[in-house]
Amino acid sequence: MEHKGNMQRVTKRFMKHKLAVVSLIFLLIMIILAILAPVIAPYNPNQVSGGFSKPPSMDHLLGTDQIGRDMLSRLLYAMRISLFVGAAATVISTLIGVILGLLSGFIGGVVDSIIMRITDMVMSFPYILLVLVAAAVFEPGLWSIVLILGFVDWPGVARLVRGNVLSIREMNYIKADIAAGMPKRFILFSEILPNTIAPVFVYATQVFAISILDEAALSFLGMGVQPPTASLGNILNGAESITVLTSKFWLWVPAGVLIVLLVISINFVGDALRDALDPSV
Amino acid sequence: MWKYILKRIAAAIPVLIGITIIDYLIMSRAGSPLAMMHGPKISESAIEVKAAMLGLDKPIYLQYFDWLKQVLTGNLGYSIKSYQPVTSIIGSHIGSTLLLMGTSLLVGLVIAIPAGIYSAIHRYKKRDYTLVTLSFLGTSIPSFFLALIFIYLFTVKLGWLPSSGMITQGTGGDFLDVVKHMIMPVSVLAVSIAGTNIRYVRSAMLEVLQQDYLRTAKAKGIGRFLVINKHALRNAMLPVVTVIGMQIPVLFGGAVIVEQMFSWPGLGLITMNAITSRDYPVIMGVCLLTAVVVLLANLITDIIYAIVDPTIQYR
Repeated sequence: MEHKGNMQRVTKRFMKHKLAVVSLIFLLIMIILAILAPVIAPYNPNQVSGGFSKPPSMDHLLGTDQIGRDMLSRLLYAMRISLFVGAAATVISTLIGVILGLLSGFIGGVVDSIIMRITDMVMSFPYILLVLVAAAVFEPGLWSIVLILGFVDWPGVARLVRGNVLSIREMNYIKADIAAGMPKRFILFSEILPNTIAPVFVYATQVFAISILDEAALSFLGMGVQPPTASLGNILNGAESITVLTSKFWLWVPAGVLIVLLVISINFVGDALRDALDPSV
Repeated sequence: MWKYILKRIAAAIPVLIGITIIDYLIMSRAGSPLAMMHGPKISESAIEVKAAMLGLDKPIYLQYFDWLKQVLTGNLGYSIKSYQPVTSIIGSHIGSTLLLMGTSLLVGLVIAIPAGIYSAIHRYKKRDYTLVTLSFLGTSIPSFFLALIFIYLFTVKLGWLPSSGMITQGTGGDFLDVVKHMIMPVSVLAVSIAGTNIRYVRSAMLEVLQQDYLRTAKAKGIGRFLVINKHALRNAMLPVVTVIGMQIPVLFGGAVIVEQMFSWPGLGLITMNAITSRDYPVIMGVCLLTAVVVLLANLITDIIYAIVDPTIQYR
């Protein structure tokens, strides 16, 4: 069908971005490693398995931390947590954003005004400040971080979807539906929604990248995922101690580099997707 | 156009009111000022008297109006920790934050604008890919990680730059001293600003370069330099102005982390301290202030846009 040809075209255009292809492969490997962490991690991430702060060796490929836990195992579990927080927060904020954006754009009028004013309100508060305040009000922890990031990051999606709905509504095929007396539900879910999925998907990759960065920042500041559970941010927290920073690079550099690699790969993939899905090119 | 500006201002008013309501609700739900009074020596009736004195026995919406009245007269309450008025705490720290944010924005744009234009002119060449890749790197590095790397390199290894504060302790802090303290925090913030904006400037420039009037200008043979710097740049700056407006909340968020990393004595640092010590009047005072600033900044960018760009039709 026509749909299949479309997919092929998108894949072909995506493949042209070599950096994005490499990034996608890297991400897939990292996701598999994160999922398989309980199977492949050499040690229990929360149990002492060696000497204190030992540099990398054959027993502990990335050394051990201040209380003798294996850094490689901790890093694998941390990546699992960070990817999970990023993905879950992205799903929540995208769902909220899509629902509010659809309602706002499709119903219009008072509903539109109210939703858009709420969007403006949330967007007026500096993002990280809102997240920090929420983290202070609620008990910090894995699920509160997911919910906080999810509930704070939807306005961008909502605006994007609303804009899309407004422009699609002016298209002739929607006008034809309305003229033919199609039910509103059909127009909204079978005609408008599928046509806004591509830009939402591209935007969601950005949200995913930002959520990973925010989780890292929050946990680094001690307001996110709480120890002993490892996250990429709270591993880096150790580097605030000057001895760790100056002479125990294996305790902080790998976690930081991993965050950068994950986030930049997601950004590259998102950018290539935007290019591949853009109908105007 | 005037109708549009008035409409835009009218739309901002409910948002402003909404911001104060959200701010008040979080503050009042987060912690009662009576909580610190609890103890074995304090009777229930004493707490009730205190509650009545503070107006806490009234319904929440009346409390909100009382609070709003105070805010409008410039009273944001008192810090739970230091008992200082929140307005004076903010007043004594806002200068150093503005200095940090302003310099970072300037440095970031001085990098981003030429780099974005260069990238757009050399579209799809190696140089373009390199710059775009670098800009992605700039947005992908967590600011605290970059700060750690800088402190490791320039303070610990090389010993060139001080890693905390705004002036060397025990000295009056002359201009050069402040500059030395600013280099690292400004660089960290500027990297993320430049990272985002290189791509914005690039795409704005690309859009302008495809316009008919540029083809005309080129066809007239006025030379590449004039075409790019006079005709294209001016028109590409318009979307960039909006982006600068959008940067303000991002900048403030970045400042919270960067100030914490480098102990820069600004609003971000006191906010972070207030958050760890649950000093809600200070937190919500800063939140309210920044939200209002962001709202005003957006309003002003929209109005400037409406005045400067005659091609946009406003309903």
